[in-house]
Amino acid sequence: MPEQPDGRRYGRGLFLATVAGGLSSLYWGKSVWGKVSAATGGVESLVPLVPHGWRIYTISGTMPTFDPVTWRLNIGGLVHDGTSMDYERLRSLPRANQVSTFHCVTGWTVKNVQWGGVRLKDVFDVVKPMPEAHAVEFFSAEEPYTDYLTMDQALLPDVMLAYEMNGKPLPREHGAPVRLIIPDMYGYKNVKWLNTINLVPAAENGYWENLGYDRDAWVGHSNGYG
Amino acid sequence: MISYVRRFSRTERTLHWVNAVCFLYLLGTGLILYLPSLSIAVGRRPLIKTMHFWGGVTWVSLLVVIALLGDRRGLVRTAREIERLDEDRFNVGQKVNAILNAAFTILFLVSGLLLWLGERDTRFRFASTVILHDGLMFAALTLLVGHLYLALIHPATRHSLRGMALGEVREDWARVHYPRWRPVWQSGERRSARRTS
Repeated sequence: MPEQPDGRRYGRGLFLATVAGGLSSLYWGKSVWGKVSAATGGVESLVPLVPHGWRIYTISGTMPTFDPVTWRLNIGGLVHDGTSMDYERLRSLPRANQVSTFHCVTGWTVKNVQWGGVRLKDVFDVVKPMPEAHAVEFFSAEEPYTDYLTMDQALLPDVMLAYEMNGKPLPREHGAPVRLIIPDMYGYKNVKWLNTINLVPAAENGYWENLGYDRDAWVGHSNGYG
Repeated sequence: MISYVRRFSRTERTLHWVNAVCFLYLLGTGLILYLPSLSIAVGRRPLIKTMHFWGGVTWVSLLVVIALLGDRRGLVRTAREIERLDEDRFNVGQKVNAILNAAFTILFLVSGLLLWLGERDTRFRFASTVILHDGLMFAALTLLVGHLYLALIHPATRHSLRGMALGEVREDWARVHYPRWRPVWQSGERRSARRTS
């Protein structure tokens, strides 16, 4: 059969254009998707299965479960008054509310998340850190997940231990009953399923930092970005 | 007496079914990783991630191995046939579907490898990799739904499934749906055609 040059050009062109468009989207995909997502946000919310920006990342086989009777948040290390507080006591601390954006290091973002919880400053008022405490170590019930913040980072005005999300108790998949929220850093610093907080002399590498991620995970200025 | 004509070679059919099985496996494991409701229901994310990654590697490796060990000349002829966007053994829609799926395979492979490498080395980390990978899933799923409808449900076209399963389709069906197709048997090589009663 004789070749048909025009037809050939279109088929090969479609293939190459699709591959080139896909590869170039590594550079423009996020900004374009952000605009599309903003324009179609109302429609997305009507579809029950499609994630509205969130992906649920875990490092172990099963997610920790929350039992309000047995759950405790242990706070110790370099403090004068270490404590083991139950859920009711945590919720009795001065309440803080904020709306902030959650950024994952893998590229997805969830805007305007409503968080309710307690500032770390108010937790520290309870346990009274020693002068040599310069960092905070966070342990998750999802072992062996840990992470650290310096004291300066922990006391940023929008850092909190969140026990509510979008007006409801923090869901299991988001770290029930309480997780760390630090909006200026990527999600892996926002430890879920918190059960222990220790004040320590200096920050060290947490779970993901031992796998090569940056300790100071500033959004847009770490982990190869910016 | 029904006359049949060969439409797909053994290599083409093997490629198609291996591609289909691997794609469904990757779609299943990928959706568990992607959809919060499935992530919560299934759990075991590290295991599912490993299964998904090695499933992707196996997918592309099998396609390459089948192409290398199979009828390579025939596949080159098919590729040339497909890239001409006119009607012959396939219609234009089928050719566009095949071309997009071939491009998506490359993009799935590249973005999947970047996701895997990006967890290990910041030089491979791009803010849009996950958006590309997820977007490809939606695009490929859309094509798959249309493909399955035409291959399994639509009365006028579902006979084509016989071609992909057994290699041959009814001659009268082929003449109606692919009037410009000139099968090999029409040029005298009747061994590729089979008559059954």
